[in-house]
Amino acid sequence: MPVFALVDCNNFYASCEKLFNPQLKDKPVVVLSNNDGCVVARSAEVKALGIPMGVPWFKIQQDARRYGIVAFSSNYALYADMSNRVVEILSSFSCNIEVYSIDECFLELSGFARWGFPTYGQVIRQRIADWLGLAVCVGIAPTKTLAKLANHCAKKELAGHNGVCDVTAMTPDQLSSLFEQIAVGEVWGVGRKITARLEAMGIHTVRQLRDANAETLRNRFSVVLERTVRELRGLSCLDLEEVVPDRQQIMSSRSFGTLVHDLADLEEAVASYVSRAAEKLRAQDALAGAIQVYIRTNIFKPEAPQYQQAMTVPLPEASSDTRVLANWALRALRRIYRAGYGYHKAGITLLEIVPRTNQQFSLFVPSQRESSRDDRLMATLDAINGRYGRGALRLAAEGVAKTWQMRRGNLSPRYTTDWDGVATVAAV
Amino acid sequence: MPDLSFSLAGQAGVFIPLPGAPRLPLPLDEVRVSAGFPSPAADYTDKRLDINEYLVRNPVSTFFFSVEGDSMQGAEIFDGDILVVDKSIRPRHGQIVIAFVDGQRLVKRLYQRAGRVALMAENPAYPPLEIRDGMELLIWGVVTGKFKRLEA
Repeated sequence: MPVFALVDCNNFYASCEKLFNPQLKDKPVVVLSNNDGCVVARSAEVKALGIPMGVPWFKIQQDARRYGIVAFSSNYALYADMSNRVVEILSSFSCNIEVYSIDECFLELSGFARWGFPTYGQVIRQRIADWLGLAVCVGIAPTKTLAKLANHCAKKELAGHNGVCDVTAMTPDQLSSLFEQIAVGEVWGVGRKITARLEAMGIHTVRQLRDANAETLRNRFSVVLERTVRELRGLSCLDLEEVVPDRQQIMSSRSFGTLVHDLADLEEAVASYVSRAAEKLRAQDALAGAIQVYIRTNIFKPEAPQYQQAMTVPLPEASSDTRVLANWALRALRRIYRAGYGYHKAGITLLEIVPRTNQQFSLFVPSQRESSRDDRLMATLDAINGRYGRGALRLAAEGVAKTWQMRRGNLSPRYTTDWDGVATVAAV
Repeated sequence: MPDLSFSLAGQAGVFIPLPGAPRLPLPLDEVRVSAGFPSPAADYTDKRLDINEYLVRNPVSTFFFSVEGDSMQGAEIFDGDILVVDKSIRPRHGQIVIAFVDGQRLVKRLYQRAGRVALMAENPAYPPLEIRDGMELLIWGVVTGKFKRLEA
């Protein structure tokens, strides 16, 4: 029987900010989304104030002033590095690990039963606290869905001890009474819409969902929900996804820091997004057969004139060459661009992605990839950017000033990924 | 929380490699076979010296901080030096540490004897910082090395 642990970092982004900045100790800290729009992470102090996740920052200005809430722009370089460190440490506790998100990992632990799972969970917790200064909670269970739920129990102190909750050690009676206290919406994969429909059927708690008729749920909802029910009963239906499947689509899009009116600025932005996406495409050794471009005005300002448009261009021949992809993307952009609007967001999506080895050559167009010179140029581009930092070498079309870039008003230094961002210590 | 990492290590027959354990990469010496004389050095290929290996014992728990000030001169830590800080080392009396005290990041030598806890400078111009009840002290990590680039 498999045993899964879900290890989840507590208040991850906010904790990373606090880790290097002693002045934030015991202070309420929030981290804001791109362009400093919404609250995407909250420290324990902010949660205690009852400020909800996702609330727009401008709406809580009064609370922010009253309680001295400190807001940071998202410092993804810092969070990604700390996340990689967490994963590296967890990899020494099990060879079977799924990185589920930037702050969550599943581990397969069945081989470690001899130590007792709660003890093992405590060792993991202690190791990450000692080595990285980050707090995690651990949920341990025979299925991934239950491990998620156990983690929730550990975090909310509904069950378990000291941040570790092991449901494999609980009796059926204990489990039933625990699941009675938890709302059905807390179950992994049960979103807001499904919750509302379940509640209409009289299913309010996790216990009720677990004991509901699985076939009925499959007929009324989906096989996915049926699987969730089976997982709640302790029957493992979901395996670890240790290998990230190659992406079928690669998207790159951003909201702009300020509204963009000129085609030239939009062109720079789109070329930059293509460049980023093409780099990812080449990293998985694949080619794209089509590219989609879209632009839109600010839908949150309905009083301003609104326009949005997208265009998909099938390429004559699949490619991973930044220059080829950018060329087609820019042609599409010029077709959909309308002057007189303030654009808030643009994006591109690479579609029809195939492995390079499966390439279908065009019958009508003389192959543009007869020589490997283009491939070598792209490999060199990636190598230079890998060494000197993203965007060190780029298409002229991407521009230099990038006035359209994201607004990140209060960005903390890249403490762990940039020599200029290294924190100072006072020798006084 | 008792020291579980030690109690686990004490159990026989179980071995968890530490992420920071010494690695043994194979040398990159795919010497091509060619006609003519073989290189007399082929059997002696060593890996080139790597400053990371010299300074960093446990990469996953190692962080860098830069120094501002002259209070640690006696320990050969100078203004502008970059410190190598290993968070996995348990702080002990006598070690040089990064300490967070009352909202400040400090580099000091940790004094921890007979109930007295203090942060000592290595420069007679700076008095010891006594940690009294009610003061907030966090020993963030232990300094294990330092480096600096010079103008050239």
